[in-house]
Amino acid sequence: MAIQTELHNKLAQRAPVINDFAFSVATKNGSGSQTSNNVLVMSLFRMGIPVNGKNLFPSNIKGLPTWYTIRASKEGYTARKEITEIVVAYNNDTAPEDVMNLPPGGVCITTDKIARIIRQRDDISYYVLPVTKLMRAATVPSAFRKLVENMTYVGAVAQLFDIPLDLIYQVLLDNFKGREKPARMNHDVIKLAYDWTAENIAKSDPYRFESMDGTQGKIMMTGNDAGALGAVFGGVNVVAWYPITPSTSFVDGIIGFRNLRQTDDGENTIAIVQAEDELAAAGIITGAGWAGARSLTSTSGPGISLMAEFAGLAYFAEIPTVFWNITRMGPSTGLPTRTSQGDLLFTHFLGHGDSRQICLLPGNLKEAFEFGWRSFDIAETLQTPVFVISDLDLGMNNWLSDPFDYPDEAMNRGKRLDETALRSFISEHGKWGRYMDVDGDGIPYRTVPGTPHPFAAYFARGTGHDEMATYSERSDDWIDNMQRLRLKMETARAMLPQPIIDAEREADIGIITFGTNDDAIREARDWLASEGIATNYLRVLALPLAASVSDFIDAHKSVFVIENNFDGQLTQLIRLEHPENISHVRPLALGDGLPMTPSWIYQNLKEQEG
Amino acid sequence: MPPRVNQLGLKRAEYRGKPSTLCPGCGHDSISNQIISMAYELGLEQHNIIKVSGIGCSSKTPAYFLGGSHGFNALHGRMPSVVTGAMLANTDLACIAVSGDGDTGSIGMGQFKHVIRRNVPFVYIIENNGVYGLTKGQFSATADEGQFLKYYGTNHMPPIDLALEAVIAGCTFVARSFSGDAKQVQALLQAAVRHPGTAVLDIISPCVTFNNAETSTKSYPYGKDNEIPLHEIQILAPDYVQAQDEITVGDYAEGDIIDVEMHDGSFIRLKKLENDHDPRNRRQAIDVLEQSLREQIFSTGLIYYEEPRPTLAQTEELVETPLAQLRAKDLRPPKSALDSVMQSLMTG
Repeated sequence: MAIQTELHNKLAQRAPVINDFAFSVATKNGSGSQTSNNVLVMSLFRMGIPVNGKNLFPSNIKGLPTWYTIRASKEGYTARKEITEIVVAYNNDTAPEDVMNLPPGGVCITTDKIARIIRQRDDISYYVLPVTKLMRAATVPSAFRKLVENMTYVGAVAQLFDIPLDLIYQVLLDNFKGREKPARMNHDVIKLAYDWTAENIAKSDPYRFESMDGTQGKIMMTGNDAGALGAVFGGVNVVAWYPITPSTSFVDGIIGFRNLRQTDDGENTIAIVQAEDELAAAGIITGAGWAGARSLTSTSGPGISLMAEFAGLAYFAEIPTVFWNITRMGPSTGLPTRTSQGDLLFTHFLGHGDSRQICLLPGNLKEAFEFGWRSFDIAETLQTPVFVISDLDLGMNNWLSDPFDYPDEAMNRGKRLDETALRSFISEHGKWGRYMDVDGDGIPYRTVPGTPHPFAAYFARGTGHDEMATYSERSDDWIDNMQRLRLKMETARAMLPQPIIDAEREADIGIITFGTNDDAIREARDWLASEGIATNYLRVLALPLAASVSDFIDAHKSVFVIENNFDGQLTQLIRLEHPENISHVRPLALGDGLPMTPSWIYQNLKEQEG
Repeated sequence: MPPRVNQLGLKRAEYRGKPSTLCPGCGHDSISNQIISMAYELGLEQHNIIKVSGIGCSSKTPAYFLGGSHGFNALHGRMPSVVTGAMLANTDLACIAVSGDGDTGSIGMGQFKHVIRRNVPFVYIIENNGVYGLTKGQFSATADEGQFLKYYGTNHMPPIDLALEAVIAGCTFVARSFSGDAKQVQALLQAAVRHPGTAVLDIISPCVTFNNAETSTKSYPYGKDNEIPLHEIQILAPDYVQAQDEITVGDYAEGDIIDVEMHDGSFIRLKKLENDHDPRNRRQAIDVLEQSLREQIFSTGLIYYEEPRPTLAQTEELVETPLAQLRAKDLRPPKSALDSVMQSLMTG
């Protein structure tokens, strides 16, 4: 058809697009595509191209569709893009829709089998690989054949968009921890597809990678690994957990980094217990925190629900411990493999009665690492549980980051009295009681079991107690205790990590958010700025909310709270804590299970602002 | 005459806790008394003991003994997980934990089984009265089948035997006793506290308010009339064994004595009574418990013993210093360690 040829010629003649486009790789879960995608991402990273890989995977071992999106951005934007220019359509179940989702001028890389069942569009480029034929030519043992089949698209992508083969081989070697045999096997398939593509496919798209220096000195890692590494540098002693997506790899991370804390004889300073359920995991860390160790669990929504009773106990008995909530989509079992910010309110108020929990809200790898160690200092200083609320997007995906800073503060064990300190406390104050507030900051002094002093012991309990930790049902004791706990929360408010505020500009619009929306917001703000719409920006790092949130709200005519949950939970919290003059505060809440995109923010903010 | 003191120079009264708030005559108070005596007799240092419990009448009791020990009255059925964490945090501690039949046999069954599986070293006392006291007299899971209680009618479900559950779960020290048998409770406590593994003591401890009718197998009258001790028990400390050997064997013929050697070199000397039970035989232990359950025989004593497998802390290969006492230098790797991890994640 004349028109089609003309279009194709037009496509081919477009100005080159270098290091600024996105892929979506559609495969079936369990087909081994994780390795292929990882190889692509790490290769781009090593080419110096800022890159981000996000895995949109099903709750399934084998067979359901999975999409992996890879975005290269020379500007360093690493948020997910709604529309990807290129699709690798390797899943026959989703290929028809995957192809329709491409923008005009897009690229579809697919297999000869799938090519037969998808609708031909005349505004995109098709590159069709004879995968069965290629695999027949490969010298791969039949047991591995299905698993390495996905390497064919790696080879085609490398040829079409210019990724050096020797670099890919190095990445493969690293992926297989230096073992040459599997690296070689995969590389052979890649090479076959690479060569076949060179000989048989005429490139008709403008997309290309080119080495640059955008990742020099940077690292790539998952947020779960970053948090785990932080915990190891924070002195974690007792880890108890129960497997649950997407938090499992957090504990895998601690297991991986545990050797950093081993003695020369290989003895451990970190105990790791896989408990029988999340209830027990929470009980173990509560017991360990009470006895003076630094303890941690990592879980997600359904696990947090089960941990509610211990969270309430630890709050009320004032026991330091750390919970990581790698949030996935709820309510209930929800979407177990999809990201969400929907546990904010539940976690902050976890426990029945008037409980309120300290929450830290990392938005990137560096913060995941920092809160990994700092959470223990905060927990011990405030003598209360600390909840680090991450999410699946940060936890399980590979993120680009500057290297982490070594903790810049000495380890802080809080107001913990050893035998000598207890003796001086008693001589100064006449007595010691576990819940006496002698400093006026709501934070009492504690002892731990094993302290060789006749008055060191106290009785921890979730029941009503006076300042000597003795059981009490008296109303005045109850009120005194609750008032002290509130005072402690006020102390926390000023002590916790303060919001990151970018309010340099003269702007009517203020944006408030928390967590992993940061990348998308950064990009959306640049788009808005390019149209002359100035915005200021505040990202909350901790709950209870800092006082500066209220000042920020007052300083803007229009405030948007951008969050990845359905109900606008941070907005609700702001309304609760700052009820005055907030009619101009509106939520931009999404909660569709996917990492937020700049285009959604841009469109919705403009629409609402009118 | 100066007051009697133990090897630490402490009076028995110094091992007491706060006054009990349980009903007068409660079996649980007798057990608290035996815990006090045990710690006093063995000269234990209170600051190295923790007391942990769940929720319920029995779980209140740690406030009533060993006032010099840290205590934790935790959550209903969750004592075992708290003990697991605390005993990992500080392996120098000894732990005496108290639970009840509701706390262990219903809401806490999972944690009960799993703490045994992990082999956390502690004394796990179940003060078993077959009834929920604090909520005014509901049946517990250990209540007799067919039993009648005033407010709740007839119990149609078979009882769970917690000693049997402990053996099946792999517990290496399982005993059953009766709170009215002070001497036996004392001997079992002294053995259990030496055991470097989970030691379960299922002690029938009558509820004088809700379940003390003669017809109940958890009542005082029933216990007094029907308890059949499997052995007479004597604990021989390591340095005590050889010298006292001749005397303590006394009139017993060879073969009527079983000396169960414990991990620390002490012995549990069991003098046979009417039966041939050897607690080192797992099959026999299960048979004794099943027969007792089936025929409502109130057999008490050391039911099962084996040399404990490694504790949880041992399988974790922890450093010798308790984790809770490690210093910052042991807890935070040097900057070079972080730099080298960072380097390994860079482009090369």
